[in-house]
Amino acid sequence: MTPSWRRRWQHLKHDRRTVIATWLVMGIVLALLPFVTGDLLGRSWVRIIDFALLYIMLALGLNIVVGYAGLLDLGYIAFYAVGAYLYALLASPQFGMHWPVWAILPMGATVAAGFGVLLGAPTLKLRGDYLAIVTLGFGEIVRIFLTNLNTPINITNGPQGISLIDPVSIGGFSLGETQSFLGITLPSTYAYYYLFLALSLAIVFISIRLQDSRIGRAWVAIREDEVAAAAMGINTRNVKLLAFAMGASFAGVSGGLFAGFQGFISPESFTLFESVIVLCMIVLGGMGNIAGVVLGALLITIFPEALRYLGDLQQLSFGRVLVDPNDLRLLVFGLALVIVMLFRPAGLLPSVRRRREFSADESVLSQEQASLYDTRR
Amino acid sequence: MTHAAKLPTAHADAAGNSSAAAVLTVENVSKHFGGLAALDQVSLAVNAGEIFGLIGPNGAGKTTLFNVITALYVPDSGCVRLRAQMLTGCKPHDVVQHGLARTFQNIRLFANMTALENVMVGRHVRTKAGVLGAILRDHTTQAEEQAMTHRAQELLDYVGIGRHTHQLARNMAYGDQRRLEIARALATDPVVLALDEPAAGMNPSETESLMTLLTRLRSDGTTILLIEHDMRLVMGLCDRMAVLDYGKKIAQGTPAVVRRDARVIEAYLGGGFV
Repeated sequence: MTPSWRRRWQHLKHDRRTVIATWLVMGIVLALLPFVTGDLLGRSWVRIIDFALLYIMLALGLNIVVGYAGLLDLGYIAFYAVGAYLYALLASPQFGMHWPVWAILPMGATVAAGFGVLLGAPTLKLRGDYLAIVTLGFGEIVRIFLTNLNTPINITNGPQGISLIDPVSIGGFSLGETQSFLGITLPSTYAYYYLFLALSLAIVFISIRLQDSRIGRAWVAIREDEVAAAAMGINTRNVKLLAFAMGASFAGVSGGLFAGFQGFISPESFTLFESVIVLCMIVLGGMGNIAGVVLGALLITIFPEALRYLGDLQQLSFGRVLVDPNDLRLLVFGLALVIVMLFRPAGLLPSVRRRREFSADESVLSQEQASLYDTRR
Repeated sequence: MTHAAKLPTAHADAAGNSSAAAVLTVENVSKHFGGLAALDQVSLAVNAGEIFGLIGPNGAGKTTLFNVITALYVPDSGCVRLRAQMLTGCKPHDVVQHGLARTFQNIRLFANMTALENVMVGRHVRTKAGVLGAILRDHTTQAEEQAMTHRAQELLDYVGIGRHTHQLARNMAYGDQRRLEIARALATDPVVLALDEPAAGMNPSETESLMTLLTRLRSDGTTILLIEHDMRLVMGLCDRMAVLDYGKKIAQGTPAVVRRDARVIEAYLGGGFV
């Protein structure tokens, strides 16, 4: 980009009308997305987008713990499980309870945050690899508990999982059934899309606000140098526990929605592999950068599904299917991850801070920083 | 930087007190590492408004004493007080809360944060905004954030690196990093500022301007506890000083007295210094 172009772009970026227009277009795109996708690609794709939104919430939660505070957590999916099981137990025939969703979700967030503190407390002195091992253990413990809590009292229904979970319903309007009003039919997955979108946007908003706050800076300070952070008066214990709790609460909400959406959950959904996938999302997208994390979550949920078309592609180019697309797709997916990490080690959309870490181009830096803060003017 | 604002501190009253009042007292502190007595019954009293030097050969226990004072280490016996407040047994972050801030011998900045952000982290202990404030960004939080940014910039100007506001700490020149560490410590509104070899690795002209900065800090009412190897700096700057050798305090007094002390000359300075 030539400087004049860049200037024009900068100008555009700050022009009020452009900003409003951008928001408007984004709003319309997001509002119409399920209908367009459903018509063009089929309804199964709306379901995939719904899952992508759940993963965005999860990834943004993990981003607080790993991206901001620098605490490598490999058991993060346990908080998702806590949220999911809380919803399942309170809104299913399992105990005959049918609580409303607006009561369960905040409770899920709180209980998951409590579990976050429970995990954080014994690991306060650990960092890096050691912390990763302990959190990995924690994730497994939660999963094993869920698998075995069917005796002596049957709480979780063990490996069979809990089924017939109530769909999310808002004001007597059940998202589990196809609804129609004003001549528009709204299938279940479409309705869930709007709910998940709203909550994802809320979580994005919270993440943005936290990032540039006193607490956000304290998290980054701990990531950079914990001893110095303590020596500057940061109560590292509380601030780290807060990071665990915040991250876990996002997962708690996401988990609850997952249970209501799916109607069935079992311990199988909360394996170590899931924790790793969520970690992949933030590393691939760009740790610490909200846009990057969202992109990572979208790519990692959608790309493997898109690769199912590899069979059709082979049919088209060779006249027959040479390799089973199901074998091929994870291979291609893995390869893609490796290539991305080789060429963009800081992630696809690295945070400003991390981009600086990996390469320091002074001229670019000063411009970025000038637009980041306006403290001097 | 020359016409920078006077340093306003939250504890300005401390400077107004009679200069003979001890703000920081170390009483009979001992610290052993295995069989090694790193500190043996060390006592000191730092008076308000002075620069107090702590010198001694390598391994004399200076940094150990520093770490005991700032509560990174727990002493085996003895105690440290800041005015009436007992610091021994406190957590490191409480020590800062009570008004004692430090810098490190090997610079420990938040390398991937800007100079401004580094100093803003120093303000953490004097500010309150929590998660809810951050999310809602209410008037109180906004005002606090603004005041924080303003104060941080003021301090950067004060220590003479105001033009590097948005530079990453790790990209700054060595001498500037030292200054940034001082600015970050000042951001906590300390009663006593503890500097661990601030001139280490500096060239003579950088050392010179550091001396100017420290003198100005003193005249603006900050009490300074200083570990230093650079004799010219220590002798020229300190009001009083203590000499450690093998974990014991072997002398204390004004630079003029200390440099004539026979034990000091033997232990540390060598015969040729006087």
